Amino acid sequence: MAIVILGISAFYHDSAAALIIDGEIIAAAQEERFTRIKNDPGFPDNAIKYVLEEGGINYNDLSAIAFYDKPLLKFERLLETYHAFSPKGLLSFVMAMPVWIKEKLFIKKLIRKKISRFGSSKIPILFPEHHLSHAASAYYPSPFDDAAILTIDGVGEWATTTICHGKANKITILKELHFPHSAGLLYAAFTYYLGFKVNSGEYKLMGLAPYGNPNSIQTEEFKKKILTELVDIREDGSIILNMHYFDFATKQRMADDKKWEALFGMPRREPESVISQIHMDLALAIQEVTESIIIALAGTAQKITGSKNLVMAGGVALNCVANSKVAKSGIFENIWIQPAAGDAGGALGAAYAAYHIWGKGERKKHGFADAMKGAFLGPQYDDKYILRAIRKYEVGFSHFENFAELTAIVSKKIADGNVVGWFQDRMEFGPRALGNRSILGDPRNPEMQKIINVKIKAREEFRPFAPSILLEDAGLYFKTDFCSPYMLFVESLKDELRNDEPGNYYELGLHDRLYHIRSNIQSVTHVDYSARVQTVSKESNPKFYQLISDFKKITGCSMLINTSFNVRDEPVVCTPNDAYQDFMNTEMDYLVMGNFLLDKRKVQS
Amino acid sequence: MEFLKELLLFLKTRKKFWLIPLVVILSLFSILIILASVPALGPFIYSLF
Repeated sequence: MAIVILGISAFYHDSAAALIIDGEIIAAAQEERFTRIKNDPGFPDNAIKYVLEEGGINYNDLSAIAFYDKPLLKFERLLETYHAFSPKGLLSFVMAMPVWIKEKLFIKKLIRKKISRFGSSKIPILFPEHHLSHAASAYYPSPFDDAAILTIDGVGEWATTTICHGKANKITILKELHFPHSAGLLYAAFTYYLGFKVNSGEYKLMGLAPYGNPNSIQTEEFKKKILTELVDIREDGSIILNMHYFDFATKQRMADDKKWEALFGMPRREPESVISQIHMDLALAIQEVTESIIIALAGTAQKITGSKNLVMAGGVALNCVANSKVAKSGIFENIWIQPAAGDAGGALGAAYAAYHIWGKGERKKHGFADAMKGAFLGPQYDDKYILRAIRKYEVGFSHFENFAELTAIVSKKIADGNVVGWFQDRMEFGPRALGNRSILGDPRNPEMQKIINVKIKAREEFRPFAPSILLEDAGLYFKTDFCSPYMLFVESLKDELRNDEPGNYYELGLHDRLYHIRSNIQSVTHVDYSARVQTVSKESNPKFYQLISDFKKITGCSMLINTSFNVRDEPVVCTPNDAYQDFMNTEMDYLVMGNFLLDKRKVQS
Repeated sequence: MEFLKELLLFLKTRKKFWLIPLVVILSLFSILIILASVPALGPFIYSLF
């Protein structure tokens, strides 16, 4: 009889559900995609409904349900933290209690209640630890039979960082770093201080860091202050935060603004206010400190496991700049990172942990490939469904029987400077759009970064875009030949493709530097000549591969700008209806859904 | 009941019985806050003080 596991993550940020049958991932999706609430922390009713439908499973077929952390252990941390800092934090604690007493402590009861409406209430409900769930999400779908596992995030129950060893179908936890000492919370504190939203603005901080001046005294001073006053980094990568400066243990904010102002000589940046060089230098300083922590942890992981492979998960593993530093450090021969490294991936990890540890299931071989199916694990909508959606809006469209004909036309539109919404097949699981729910543009067009950032996504101008490049051509543009299907690493543009920096590069303001022409693929070349690359192969995404190939035929350029199909503060689109709404509410020129092409000018006329 | 059993088992396994008074007192506080948020119960709660 098949072992069917439903994995759930919920109640913190980015709830999700995943379904595994006999060790194979059938479906996984984030709740936000259905409710249209960014990082929705609610119980993932919609995501569960979807994954069960995708697998043709009802509740009675489930062997077990796995929730991605241990609520009681987390509650223990809450109590002990309060006790340790008492009387500070009373207000914060009392504010947190109602939701625990109403909901979070009774997750088992809640799940049982949900199931009882549909089937048996005797299904075992398992609670793997938060970091074990992350570790399982990193190791079990990876291509390795033996790997060091490094998980780093804000905090789970107690653990903020773990090093584990994965071998065959077993994971052994070797080392843990406990709350409040957390690399994730350290980074989040700087996210807060630099005026971005904690738990979602960390990408912005990472994108801002390359604008910092690596040669300035200010950046060095900031690094020195971080290392002497805020965090003590030990040789093995363990860290000790100086809680004198942090408020997250006792208040609803990350850092003590006054103390930080005295330390760094600048007030907290107000959200949406002007970004100046001092902010960029501080962003660079914390980025470099974080990288040094992660590299030290990777070194320890290698030393104590003896493995040549590393797998990673946890929110910090989405820091692709740090990931690349680890990859280039040569500590490990191979590195693989779970594309849904954040809490959403915990649902998948919990299901995997239940299958392999509780169910004693053996691992399946995938050759050199991983088991993530390109992270295309969400809902898909066929042409019939798309047609019904389009007809509802009574707009003109073209339908192409032959997909090659469609990609030939669309690639030409992109080369002509148009922005195209691209909606195909199954939705991606995790934060990245990998070519099925994407907004695409021409990377050679120097205006394209501004157009997409400002006119379409309504987000900060400074934020970089990622290129999706044909796998076999990556080495033509970037310094190393590599495979990066999930956009989790950055790579440097080849020297011969770079335009020289002006002598006073770091004296220029953010905008002048942003619009300095750095290369012929300006819109995907960040200010430090790096790019967060996605390599696309024929096997992983044949339709997207065909589109980029057609673009190459016309232009000689083997890449496209690929950014997630959403607008600011909105989740990535899920349904054709969501895609159409975004298409109409922005200045996107064309929308491709399945074999249909919509032209904005014709739609509006 | 199942939850209370699990909680006691958890505290026993973790050897954290010292947390019980903290759990009780703070839970009472929180229950009070929850009840206070129900408008109909407000007058009864205020009369306690």
